Amino acid sequence: MDDTNQINEKDKKPVDSTHKIGIYLWIWGLLFVLSFFSYMVDWYQFQGMLRWSLILFFMFAKAGLIMAFFMHLFWERYALVNVLLWPMTAIACFVFLMAAEFEYTLFSRMFYFFVGGGA
Amino acid sequence: MSDPKIDGFELKPGFRGMASDTGSDQTMFKGVHWGKAMMWIFLLSDTFVFSCFLIAYMKGRGSTPVEWPNPSEVFALEAFGVPVPLLLIALMTFVLITSSGTMALAVKYGYEKNRKMCGWLVLATAIGGLTFVGMQAYEWSKLIHEGVRPWENPFGAAQFGSFFFMITGFHGTHVSIGVIFLFIYAYKVFAGHYENGGKRGWFTTMKGDYVEIEILGLYWHFVDLVWVFIFAFFYLW
Repeated sequence: MDDTNQINEKDKKPVDSTHKIGIYLWIWGLLFVLSFFSYMVDWYQFQGMLRWSLILFFMFAKAGLIMAFFMHLFWERYALVNVLLWPMTAIACFVFLMAAEFEYTLFSRMFYFFVGGGA
Repeated sequence: MSDPKIDGFELKPGFRGMASDTGSDQTMFKGVHWGKAMMWIFLLSDTFVFSCFLIAYMKGRGSTPVEWPNPSEVFALEAFGVPVPLLLIALMTFVLITSSGTMALAVKYGYEKNRKMCGWLVLATAIGGLTFVGMQAYEWSKLIHEGVRPWENPFGAAQFGSFFFMITGFHGTHVSIGVIFLFIYAYKVFAGHYENGGKRGWFTTMKGDYVEIEILGLYWHFVDLVWVFIFAFFYLW
């Protein structure tokens, strides 16, 4: 076999970006650990704000690790990273809009079920 | 080719580099393979599709006064006579993360031109994906036997079924398409389509390159990424 999979490639022309295998194994391990913890949130039946914040925390941690290291965004040029991440703010806006909307829908359903439409 | 250090396209790090890249002549993303840039654009649009599904689910679940089925009980599985909450879902998550890791390593070995390792890892990823699809088929048939339909279910709010089948079905379709391509690309790697300057692909005169494995990897990691969100919002919430 050729010797490109040796880590010491000082004297060679740098090969197209390869990262040390350790970083991938670390991220892989972390993903398993975080998934285990998010499963534990359900196992121990945490409820309320604690449950929701833990779910969101583990979710964003996993998503961040996958995007940053497995999808190489951490090493990617800024033009690409920014083109990809800024549109996400539009999704966040949409979430807030629809959250307000479902509160209102629920309110009006309850209101007309119990209070009635007048007339 | 995931670093800003690409021959002839040295960019300064940070926003300075971004400004010169974006404001430069003729092309943006200088030195990035066109297929990779396009895959990112596709994944961005796919992100919007899945976001719309999940936001619709949030709206549907939030606006119904009927109690939502408890996913912890609905997706419980008997193991040795004891119902374990979300057992199958936990296994599916495990399988998908495993396959994501093998894919990441396949990309790494691809760039090191290690044909054998890259091929085996892509094949392992494909088998992981196939396992996931199989488990999902089992999950679907179990729920259908229990009477879950897009319009009704025995556990609670009727919307549960339609959101479940829509969201996991769309994700499962992505996984299935990914599995097909993983098998094709495992063959291409083993057959040496990316060796010695590359062999020309289908419907194109362009030569193959290991960057195609990175592009495939982006898609596969995205499928895993979507599962992270589905797992959090649909199964755990």
